[in-house]
Amino acid sequence: MFNLAGYGQQIFNGTVTTIELSVLSLLVSFVLGLFGASAKLAKSRVLRGIGTVYTTIIRGVLMLLIFYSLQIWLNDLSDYLDSFQNRIDFEFPLDPFTSGVITLGFIYGAYFTETFRGAFLAVPKGQLEAARAFGMRPMQVFRRILFPQMMRYALPGIGNNWQVILKATALVSLIGLSDVVKAAQAAGEATFRTFFFISVAGLVYLVLTTISNGVLLLLERKYAVGVRKAAL
Amino acid sequence: MISIFQTYWQALLYSDGYRVTGLAMTLWLLVISCGIGFCLAVPLAVLRNARNPLLWFPVWLYTFLFRGTPLYVQLLLIYTGIYGLDFIHNTAPFNEFFRQGLNCTILSFALNTGAYTTEIFAGSIKETSHGEVDAGLAMGMSRFTLYRRIIIPSALRRALPVYSNEVILMLHATTLAFTATVPDILKVANDAYSATYDPFDCFGVAALIYLCVSFGLIFLFRRAERHFLAYLRP
Repeated sequence: MFNLAGYGQQIFNGTVTTIELSVLSLLVSFVLGLFGASAKLAKSRVLRGIGTVYTTIIRGVLMLLIFYSLQIWLNDLSDYLDSFQNRIDFEFPLDPFTSGVITLGFIYGAYFTETFRGAFLAVPKGQLEAARAFGMRPMQVFRRILFPQMMRYALPGIGNNWQVILKATALVSLIGLSDVVKAAQAAGEATFRTFFFISVAGLVYLVLTTISNGVLLLLERKYAVGVRKAAL
Repeated sequence: MISIFQTYWQALLYSDGYRVTGLAMTLWLLVISCGIGFCLAVPLAVLRNARNPLLWFPVWLYTFLFRGTPLYVQLLLIYTGIYGLDFIHNTAPFNEFFRQGLNCTILSFALNTGAYTTEIFAGSIKETSHGEVDAGLAMGMSRFTLYRRIIIPSALRRALPVYSNEVILMLHATTLAFTATVPDILKVANDAYSATYDPFDCFGVAALIYLCVSFGLIFLFRRAERHFLAYLRP
């Protein structure tokens, strides 16, 4: 019944690509989200404006649309940079994988911005003031006080975003990345068993989301250390 | 951007002369899939909270499967996978149904949003305060009447803010329809792009339309919340 007809290796490679893509996109969007949240909470009006425009546009416009247009712009940019290539020795790598990471990171950066903004605001202000009073520099306050506590509030949101990113990577096969969906499609077309192979791809995603659910539970427990729950 | 809109406005908004396209198609996809999903979700959400495992387990499995896999994979499975099965091919009504890209799209969208909506409603049914249920029982209501008069109306009201999120996400998901040859806004924009090689304007127009629909939906849901959740206002 479970006969992969020699396509097991391809599907496995596709799965690895999917995981790499989602993890890298998560990192990019995580960092972008931290910057975005800092911008939205900054005193400067310009920074706040930039943050607001970023999140409003990305979250109001659709993912696939951004995906396509960014992809095309990035390709134009890559062609443009390629035209310099004869003069300077510079390779601009823009395969589907890289542009997938950039676009997914850019899009979910907006969602992370909102997640982190809420979490930053949830950290009691007195703690930050105390840290300043101890003479910590802003970077130290962020690293020692704000970030560890903020993570606890942000984790459920991060978990949600991670699940969404994981599932959104399926779309990167539309721009030609050979991820697990693409491998399953190819295998299905070659063997005339499309239903079976796409189900296999679905199963891979199911396993990945289930595992990450478990990991998230563990993480939530770790970051909730030292928090007293109200006894009801 | 204006010139693109002037050339393609008809196709972008309602029709390319042969069939429904663009905005009309996107809205139709959204309304029909959310409608079917909603009708599916209300009874399933009740079953999801049942005590009998034979009742809640199938519903749990359904939501687990459909929430754990990407919508694109579900669409592929229904659009290319099911049609490849001999059994479907040889049964005339199934063959007729699954040959149409639009039918497959609506089916997969409805099943997908149905799964998410079921979980939303199930969560909100679970949160119903026991006082309301006790009061209903004290009035001598049967279980069916209790659900019809007390639990479901109150649960749906409380689920409204989360449900509105789901509908907006569904609007975002409708762009996938073009992979199943359904001519929605993105498909028209893509065609315009292939004709003009002007990505910024073509996709920009599409983005503006989507932005308007998003804001329109948000406005409608705000109104609905003000109406249905009036009793929660201070």
